[in-house]
Amino acid sequence: MTELIRVEGLHKSFGTLDVLKGIDLQVNAGETMVLLGSSGSGKSTLLRCINFMETPTSGRVYLNGEAVGTAAGGKTRYKEADLCKLRTRIGMVFQHFNLFPHMTVLQNVMEGQLTVLGRDKSEAQEKSMSQLTRVGLADKAAEYPSRLSGGQKQRVAIARALAMDPDVMLFDEVTSALDPELVGEVLKTMRQLAEEGMTMICVTHELGFAYHVANRVLFLDQGAIHEEGEPQTLLRNPQTQRMKEFLEGHALFKLPE
Amino acid sequence: MEWNFAPVLGGMDLLLWGLLNTLKITGLALAFGVPLGLGLALMRLSTLRPVSMVSAFIIEFFRTTPPLVQLFWFFFAFPILFSINMTPFTAAIVTFSIQSSAFFAEIFRSGIQSIDHGQWEGSKAIGMNRNQSLRRVILPQAVKRMIPAFMERSIELLKTTTLVSTIAYTDLMYQANDLAQRTFRPLEVYSVVALIYFVLIFGFSQLSIMVERRLAKSGEGTVG
Repeated sequence: MTELIRVEGLHKSFGTLDVLKGIDLQVNAGETMVLLGSSGSGKSTLLRCINFMETPTSGRVYLNGEAVGTAAGGKTRYKEADLCKLRTRIGMVFQHFNLFPHMTVLQNVMEGQLTVLGRDKSEAQEKSMSQLTRVGLADKAAEYPSRLSGGQKQRVAIARALAMDPDVMLFDEVTSALDPELVGEVLKTMRQLAEEGMTMICVTHELGFAYHVANRVLFLDQGAIHEEGEPQTLLRNPQTQRMKEFLEGHALFKLPE
Repeated sequence: MEWNFAPVLGGMDLLLWGLLNTLKITGLALAFGVPLGLGLALMRLSTLRPVSMVSAFIIEFFRTTPPLVQLFWFFFAFPILFSINMTPFTAAIVTFSIQSSAFFAEIFRSGIQSIDHGQWEGSKAIGMNRNQSLRRVILPQAVKRMIPAFMERSIELLKTTTLVSTIAYTDLMYQANDLAQRTFRPLEVYSVVALIYFVLIFGFSQLSIMVERRLAKSGEGTVG
């Protein structure tokens, strides 16, 4: 298997607060990895350090075996231009969509291709329409985001990220802001992507998604990887007390079998 | 007391010439002041502290000193300092460009800051740098929210330009003073001048209301 993302000794602190305390992980091409953990465990911060929405305090990130940034005297330096280029190869979808409200759905999906990749308009339009078709929203191309449901907005956000032809996609609690009945359509889109071979790292509370779709699950606690393994084993038989508590908390109000 | 508008009507060409100059000063001050204001706003939002502080100082200085003092300083003091000639016209343009830029800077700044942080994140995530985010995503939304404040400030500027009559620039106010003195008809002259300003500014603000409504209706809201 080819390694796509590798993270080594990642630390991140905000002021005196240590959010990540030395994370090592590796994601192979075609893999779907799910990061679990209670809020404050550092899972979103870890995700945001991978595409440098947050700059790691120390540690290195590698994409396709290539280190991001240049080491200089014990510190790693990052140039904005390099990070922008990196982000075109790592797509990201957010909890609150962050679509551009002043642009139509089609313009949203075209924007990065035109402004950042410098594709010509007809190519960008063709690419955008095929990604919108992929997420089932080709008929909404001319609408403004304010006219869409939360689930549709999130699928547009997924199409916008996909249109950049990224090597890997990051999903940051993308269903947490949705009405329960809209969660399914977004998870279905993500599952379809995983099945098509997209490499994905997902922070989510949807244990069912982790169980059925992920190849690997990481459980984070207090800024460190606490347990790691295949979802079928890990979610059924957690080894640590902390992860047991976490899973029990999630299962508290399940429907009786 | 008797109203007699004949002398005013006779001097109407003078007043219209003055009106034209008033519009010229306002228009040029806007043309320089708006981009300058954007520049100051971006400097003020800079993460480099010295840059932000310089801009903050300029903005605060020109917002707190009376425009008449600024105008006199640029007309009388500035030429001594740099031994150059300053015409009333140049002094007026320089003063009102900088003065209004200080106010526009604050409008730009609050407009930019009113945009949800998620918009920066969304554009950053598709590989945009700061300038691209600002130009393509943040400013188009911010400018729309700024329109009411922008219009109000422009109207304020138009009114402030009456000060140029004090350094003998032939704006509407200067021509009115001249006409009133020559015809001994201050009542009619100043009434007509007040009316001209009223029509101009009222029309302007009606126009801005129309623009706002149009934008509100177009479906491209600024929330998303």
